[in-house]
Amino acid sequence: MLQFFDFSEWSFAYGHADIKEEMLKIHEYQAKAILRSFGVPTPEGEVAETPDQAKAVAEKLGGGVVVVKAQIHAGGRGKGGGVKLAKNPNEAFELAGKIIGMNLVTHQTGPEGKKVNKVLVEQGLDIANELYAGIVIDRSSGKPVVMASIEGGMEIEEVATNSPEKILKEYVDVEHGLQPFQARNLAFGLGLSPAVVKKAVPFFMKLYRAFEAKDASLMEINPLIVTGDGNVLALDAKMNFDDNAMFRHPDLKELRDLTEENPYEVEASKYDLNFIKLDGNVGCMVNGAGLAMATMDIIKLAGEAPANFLDVGGAANAERVEHAFRLILSDPAVKAVLINIFGGIVRCDMVATGIVEAAKKVGVKVPIVIRLQGTNAKEGSEILKQSGLNFSVASELEEAAEKVAAVVK
Amino acid sequence: MAILVNEDSRIVVQGITGGEGSFHTKQCIDYGTKIVAGVTPGKGGQEVDGVPVYNTVREAREKKGANVSLIFVPPAFAADAIMEAADAGIEVLVCITEGIPTIDMIHVTNYLKDRNSRLVGPNCPGVITPGVAKVGIMPGFIHKKGSIGVISRSGTLTYEAVSQLTNRGLGQSTCIGIGGDPIIGSSFIDLLKLFQEDPDTEGIVMIGEIGGSAEEEAAAFIKEHVTKPVVSFIAGQTAPKGKRMGHAGAIIDGGKGTAKEKMAALTAAGIHVANSPADIGETMVRALGR
Repeated sequence: MLQFFDFSEWSFAYGHADIKEEMLKIHEYQAKAILRSFGVPTPEGEVAETPDQAKAVAEKLGGGVVVVKAQIHAGGRGKGGGVKLAKNPNEAFELAGKIIGMNLVTHQTGPEGKKVNKVLVEQGLDIANELYAGIVIDRSSGKPVVMASIEGGMEIEEVATNSPEKILKEYVDVEHGLQPFQARNLAFGLGLSPAVVKKAVPFFMKLYRAFEAKDASLMEINPLIVTGDGNVLALDAKMNFDDNAMFRHPDLKELRDLTEENPYEVEASKYDLNFIKLDGNVGCMVNGAGLAMATMDIIKLAGEAPANFLDVGGAANAERVEHAFRLILSDPAVKAVLINIFGGIVRCDMVATGIVEAAKKVGVKVPIVIRLQGTNAKEGSEILKQSGLNFSVASELEEAAEKVAAVVK
Repeated sequence: MAILVNEDSRIVVQGITGGEGSFHTKQCIDYGTKIVAGVTPGKGGQEVDGVPVYNTVREAREKKGANVSLIFVPPAFAADAIMEAADAGIEVLVCITEGIPTIDMIHVTNYLKDRNSRLVGPNCPGVITPGVAKVGIMPGFIHKKGSIGVISRSGTLTYEAVSQLTNRGLGQSTCIGIGGDPIIGSSFIDLLKLFQEDPDTEGIVMIGEIGGSAEEEAAAFIKEHVTKPVVSFIAGQTAPKGKRMGHAGAIIDGGKGTAKEKMAALTAAGIHVANSPADIGETMVRALGR
């Protein structure tokens, strides 16, 4: 087992509510359905969209204690008041009524919170032990890594920071898959009794099979529980998937829930724009992710702050630029726009024509500073200057940042 | 000599009959690159811009002596294409394709372990040895033959850095985009090694970005093994936590992988770190004592 572990690689998916849609996220009830199809034991339960449905599920589960769990793409639901214990079906009805429609705020949703549309109603269980299990792809070793910890139910990031020795890891050779001895290493490492190890080993094996078969990028079972009678179950389940692999999983695409995503970013993804909303006043439109970040950096160095990250990609044509303008300008905080295009395969004169057309169509009111560099940059600048529009043209990066900072002040 | 591609490079383009493949084949030929063959299964016997197309890489290797592959095959078939080229004995594999599933790339890197092929990318602009061969999608004219090696995780930001070098009279030995995906064929360290050994390279520019720990690992390597001056810039100093900035790897989380941390590690290793993306060229001028 490698000692070095790169947490930045996997933990990102853990803690944040609004990561870009490139990584498909699904709800707990959907993840559990997938896990069950691979034979991973989960509590019995069903999703409900109304209090009546919640009550019916509780009755179906035998009329005893059930747990009503808000279904949103964010963790920390319990602390936020989105997970409640109901003693009977009537209480399930009542609690579901409170949770469905509520705006649930957790440390992962941001202060604006998320609206709950569905709850998962599950049987209450006799929990003897709460553990943690997770699978991610470790970039440094280029291998999936199966993790387990006795610190179930905790923030695993905190465990990783404060007591990394409490996280057991088994790196998987993808040509052979997770081996039973590795699952035993984890199960015995957790201090489980031999009887429980017998249940935990197949649990880990099936978990890994689901991860591999579905092209998951992250899987977390937190907590994984051992019941009083020695059974091992996934009490919670989180799965994210590698968006690049979705071409071979049409079934997973169906599980995407657009109501869970940032509306600006959903809009941007329709036009193949890579957009992230930020807090500053300078709107940015750049081709290429690295250059877009560098442009944000130089705006900051010039004393201002970027209002967004926006990569218009390779084909910065009039249509894309138009959508990019609309996105940027829909933010009232934007006082000026900096466009930075390094023409490679995409020619600057084409981009300039696109900018002029789009700016006329959208009716841009704020000052625009444009820096064109690379293929046909001169021709591009000429088109901008002769457009009759109020563009400020720069040829160097620093000059562009200073110009935009000057107009914002 | 430069690294990875030189006068002796004979390039086969995989996916040559596709839109991107045929467009860039022409661009590369116009730059003076020796494109000797193309491969598209089922289209053997055709020609693209005078380049003969074969059904298999093995055939292209046998008939035309190809030793470098430039890959434009769509994501679903790209892993297979990379392995095919490696099996045919192609020495340098440059994969431009964006969007290959992570698990496919893990299989590819495993496959390459006991073979003599070096992969660059995927999801990268490729490799260029200015004045000699352009094996990728970068604009050739911004480059100038010279002695600075460039390694970068990004695309257009690499062009920015190269153009600053060229404008200050600093030509480049070879420029390589290593790609922004989680699993890539060649790391900063792999290429730093080659540049350190290359007599034609005097200084190295390394462009990193937030996320992961590749820059920190490179810093440790440079401290121990690289005697040539290294200039670095890390994009994403202003990126907020938890937001993925375009590349799958470009994200800060739990305070890890920040530009600040990376810059500190690089500075501590004796690397000349440019604070502003506008100062990359100038920092190299100073690092060389010119």
